[in-house]
Amino acid sequence: MQTVTQIPHDVSYLDYKGKYKGIFSWIFSTDHKRISLLYLYSMLTMFTVGVLLGLAMKLELIAPGKTIMDPQTYNAVFTVHGVIMIFMIVIPGLPAVFGNFMLPIMIGAKDVAFPKVNLLSWYFYVLGAILVISSVLFGNGTPDTGWTFYAPYSFKTGTNLLPAIFGAFILGFSSILTGLNFIVTIHRMRAPGMTWMKMPLFPWSLYGTAWIQLLATPVIGITLVLVALERIFGIGVFDPTLGGDPVLYQHLFWIYSHPAVYVMILPAMGAISEIIPTFSQKHIFGYRAIIASTLAIAFVGYFVWGHHMFTSGMSGTAQYTFSILTFLVAIPSAIKVFNWISTMHKASINPEIPFLWAVTFIFVFMIGGLSGLVLGALATDVYVHDTAFVVAHFHFIVFGGVGFSFFGAIHYWFPKMFGRMYDKVWAKVGWAFFTIGFLTLYSPMFYLGMLGMPRRYYDYLPEFHAANILSSLGSWVMTFGLLIVVINLFRSVKIGAIAEINPWNGKTLEWTVPSPPPVENFEEIPVYGEKDGPYEY
Amino acid sequence: MEKEKHHIVPYKIYFYILIALITFTFMSIGITKVNLHEYSVLGAMIFATLKSILVLTWFMHLKFDQPFLRFMVGFVFLVFLAVIFITFLDYYYR
Repeated sequence: MQTVTQIPHDVSYLDYKGKYKGIFSWIFSTDHKRISLLYLYSMLTMFTVGVLLGLAMKLELIAPGKTIMDPQTYNAVFTVHGVIMIFMIVIPGLPAVFGNFMLPIMIGAKDVAFPKVNLLSWYFYVLGAILVISSVLFGNGTPDTGWTFYAPYSFKTGTNLLPAIFGAFILGFSSILTGLNFIVTIHRMRAPGMTWMKMPLFPWSLYGTAWIQLLATPVIGITLVLVALERIFGIGVFDPTLGGDPVLYQHLFWIYSHPAVYVMILPAMGAISEIIPTFSQKHIFGYRAIIASTLAIAFVGYFVWGHHMFTSGMSGTAQYTFSILTFLVAIPSAIKVFNWISTMHKASINPEIPFLWAVTFIFVFMIGGLSGLVLGALATDVYVHDTAFVVAHFHFIVFGGVGFSFFGAIHYWFPKMFGRMYDKVWAKVGWAFFTIGFLTLYSPMFYLGMLGMPRRYYDYLPEFHAANILSSLGSWVMTFGLLIVVINLFRSVKIGAIAEINPWNGKTLEWTVPSPPPVENFEEIPVYGEKDGPYEY
Repeated sequence: MEKEKHHIVPYKIYFYILIALITFTFMSIGITKVNLHEYSVLGAMIFATLKSILVLTWFMHLKFDQPFLRFMVGFVFLVFLAVIFITFLDYYYR
């Protein structure tokens, strides 16, 4: 007969050790909240490496010619920076950290549907990260293909590419399993009475994201396996000298990697949709429209990958189709922005730090989104393709979008996650430096791109010097802001003031459980009444 | 949960499906020997689709599942079909 261990309800997940002690109580824990923190600390480690590589690139570009590294090293640095930031930070980012922590609580469940699979996802994440890092430390030189591993160079380069490819492959498994877990959790474990149209918007965004993770990620897995087979056996799928087609690689790569942008941005938008109504103390404007736009972004986002390939020699028919579809996907994104702004309209706004991150998110996301239209239009894309303009655009979307939302989310949910409050003054100082630094770092790149400065070169013409100096200075200011934010949060985990159960007067279920939550979240599963809803202020 | 019924599929059905899968596999190899030009991909995809439908319907028990789940799997297939269609907008018109 199986015995069931009774878990005490008055012990927080941070204090409950279970049958293991020390670090084992973390790495063998199947509690969704502990797994969330495992992801958080793993990602912070990788993020530190990614930021240092980014700083090194900006330092190299502070002056024309060789500054601190040769061209080959620069190629390796931007490759590893991209692989780390894309595959290990922004793709898993919000779903793995806040999705894992908040999803079950927000829908009134005790855990995700498959807790052991959830832990397995984190193991895959760590294994993938180790493989990628091993490609730097061992073999014949660090990969230098860029994070896109474009064919035919990816099977011609003599650098140590295979571990990086297998690392990305394994990271894909982590993503798929997390997506599967979230879909089943949302379908099967919502609290009684919590119908689909009463579910908070962050879980909705995770639902849309999870479908993309589940359906698109296998495509990149197969594609990377084909690259590996091409390198090892020369099978000729992508190699033009063997009858293959390198443009096919680009199709397959972007069939995953463009939807992956929505894996990054949808949960970011979901977190913003939680923060804005809480600090506006108002029902979110257009709840159903936001849900519809989330699903529309997830759906249309599948069919726009070709806008990364306008200059690759695709047919005109495909180019027109992808351009039209790209413009279509801008509509649901704009709907969300209109709804957030309408929520704030005539609201009694409480400008706490999560709200500041959220409105800055809207600002930088708008710049990123509108500059995306320049790249989505065929005529203008040809002009700015592969220039610094593209680098500015995707950093505004990916780092601006995910980064600002992530920091907004961590300041929003920090009191719940750790049961402590951070220093609000230092949090605002960090936000200010980060924002000023971010804008100073990436805005000049739009200008440089319009002037024709190509991306992925360690050198540039003298006329690009002044804007590059400004950009490099921005990288230092942004990193300074980042340090303040991270140190403030770390410090507060130990010595911050004890947080209340509901410090922001939020209405979603996570604000009804203790801070930090007990192991199984709820003593009794909550029941949603007919008039209950997530934003009933 | 109580509404869900258990279905026991006879072994002979599984055996027939196995035979069908093997037959379709040989047919998808055989079609490459016939010179159908750009339609050979279409032919291969038709056989692959038929095999997938058999696996999903019987081996994965979709035949006995809720209509909602059938709808979701069907929707995923449509997305996949659309992705292939759009990709071939490049290859056929290049």
